[in-house]
Amino acid sequence: MNQQKPLHWLVRPRTIRGLWIGFGIVLFALVLADLFIKRYNWFGIDSTMGFYSWYGLLTCVAMVLLAKGLGLFLKRKDDYYDE
Amino acid sequence: MSSAFPPGAVLTLGAFLLLFAGQRWRMALMLILPLVSLALVASLPDGQSVPIIMFDYELVLVSSDALGRLFAIIFSLMAFAGGLFAIRQDNRLELISALAYAGGAVGVALAGDLISLFLWWEVMAVASSLVLLSVGGDRAIRVAMRYFVVHMLGGTLLFGGILAHLAAGGSLAITQLDAGTLGGGLILAGVLINAAAPPLSGWLADAYPEGSFSGTVFLSAFTTKAAVYVLIRVFPGTEILIAIGLFMIFYGIVYALLENDMRRILAYSIVNQVGFMVTGVGIGTELALNGAAAHAFAHIIYKGLLLMSAGAVLYMTGKRKCTDLGGLFQSMPVTTVCGIVGALAISSVPWTSGFVSKSMISEAAAYGAMGWTWFLLMAASAGVFLHAGIKFPWFVFFQKDSGLRPPDPPWNMQAAMIFFAVLCIGIGVFPNALYNLLPYPVEYVPYTAAHVINMLQLLLFSGLAFFLLLPLMRRTLTITLDFDWSYRRLAPRVVETLARGLTTGGAGLGGRARSLGASVGNRMQKHFGPGGIVTRSTEAASMVLLVVLTLTIYLAISLLG
Repeated sequence: MNQQKPLHWLVRPRTIRGLWIGFGIVLFALVLADLFIKRYNWFGIDSTMGFYSWYGLLTCVAMVLLAKGLGLFLKRKDDYYDE
Repeated sequence: MSSAFPPGAVLTLGAFLLLFAGQRWRMALMLILPLVSLALVASLPDGQSVPIIMFDYELVLVSSDALGRLFAIIFSLMAFAGGLFAIRQDNRLELISALAYAGGAVGVALAGDLISLFLWWEVMAVASSLVLLSVGGDRAIRVAMRYFVVHMLGGTLLFGGILAHLAAGGSLAITQLDAGTLGGGLILAGVLINAAAPPLSGWLADAYPEGSFSGTVFLSAFTTKAAVYVLIRVFPGTEILIAIGLFMIFYGIVYALLENDMRRILAYSIVNQVGFMVTGVGIGTELALNGAAAHAFAHIIYKGLLLMSAGAVLYMTGKRKCTDLGGLFQSMPVTTVCGIVGALAISSVPWTSGFVSKSMISEAAAYGAMGWTWFLLMAASAGVFLHAGIKFPWFVFFQKDSGLRPPDPPWNMQAAMIFFAVLCIGIGVFPNALYNLLPYPVEYVPYTAAHVINMLQLLLFSGLAFFLLLPLMRRTLTITLDFDWSYRRLAPRVVETLARGLTTGGAGLGGRARSLGASVGNRMQKHFGPGGIVTRSTEAASMVLLVVLTLTIYLAISLLG
């Protein structure tokens, strides 16, 4: 689109790669942090290492797939109600 | 004993001053009236005003305690920030209705008896319909009419419930009711319609995104949260509310994930957030009720902020679909940053307002050993980040470069956004400022190492899921059918088929039957078809006006009486 103008620094491929690496390091550090904190145990599984990580990831994947599945039946063109 | 002058009336009656004010005064009134209301609410002592007698009933026009004041304060504050955001709105009808609407919400929060509550409830229904109607045009008229009918239904159920409650020997006092009685059940049903509970949740995403750039900001704040207030007051610990709330939470997430219109994404996310509050009311412990009240307070601010940032984008670009937007961070830095703060707060990221309020509800579920509820609430917290926390800012301000380079909006809109953004972070960093306003004493400590790490893991891994699944999230030019399909498509089709059947069926029969069939058919087509009385849109405006007038007179009488 903007051949003449250089890309905004935030959307250059280099920056994006850097952001992914930084994001990965933060995620790893957060899981590691579980080694050092004490949790109150409510339901057994919730105080195990990395529970909130995999639970957040998996439930989100499930919700996106659920939405996609429902979308197959319920999606319509956005001028559906206009005539 | 407090004064019998309801602070809500400052806004509802004061709004009519805008009719006579020039532009400069109009701007001033938009800011002054909410501040007067705020000052009156903040200075209310605990207690009730002297009852006034009307039609043999004792009406308590002002009743004040911590819970009522909490809601009246946030409603007034919202009216102020919304007024600041809307200063450049030229549409006088919208501004008058919006202020009157805010007054209705303040009135509900401070009403001391069921009849006053109902009257303020209807002020809200009428005024909010007018906010939608003020946009003008055919589409707005139809939207406002659909919205109005749903809220009249809610009001009718509420009023029927109050009558049944009185007939069964109940008093007008606003106290805890049993949802298992006829009166209690009807009142609950009426209130739940306003809370956007199933099956009628669809009215919210159908109506709110059709407001103007500023109208939607007002609409997001009052109706659903006034309903949450009544639920906390009247139906704490009503178990079915847990199931209803959880349904709303996931309904909001799924529909928001499928949505392309930026303000409809945020509208579905209102249902999602109100779901958390309804669940909290259903759990019903002091911690959970505190959580529901605190979450309503925090929610009004960050949702107002999110819709302001969306309103700013709409105001500057005239576009509302994610497929048309993107890359705006380059030229709208203030709007982008404020939108992101709102998105972080709704996701309950640590050091934002959502973190200190929502966690009280899930903690209450854990204390109550409600395993299912707790695991679903946790999944839902991750899902909020997915559908509102990342999806909204990503598709509006980042994703692809749409080539649009609008500047940030005028100063007043920026000021309103910055004000709310500061509150989102301020409440997150100093939670006691909010906790001190809650109905029950707070022992809850939000900032423990474990809690912060838990939440960050949950949210950032949900972020990971978003970016890994980005191909699945690609926006399409679609809407998703909801329950409103049944009255927008199914019912008209049934009526049409019936009418056609009667008209043609009548033709086959002899004289009398024919004319009867034809006349019924024609009449149905006349009333229900395009331009018929039932569906005719011009009626809506005059009808709404009539109701406003009646209510105003009624209110005036009750104030003087």
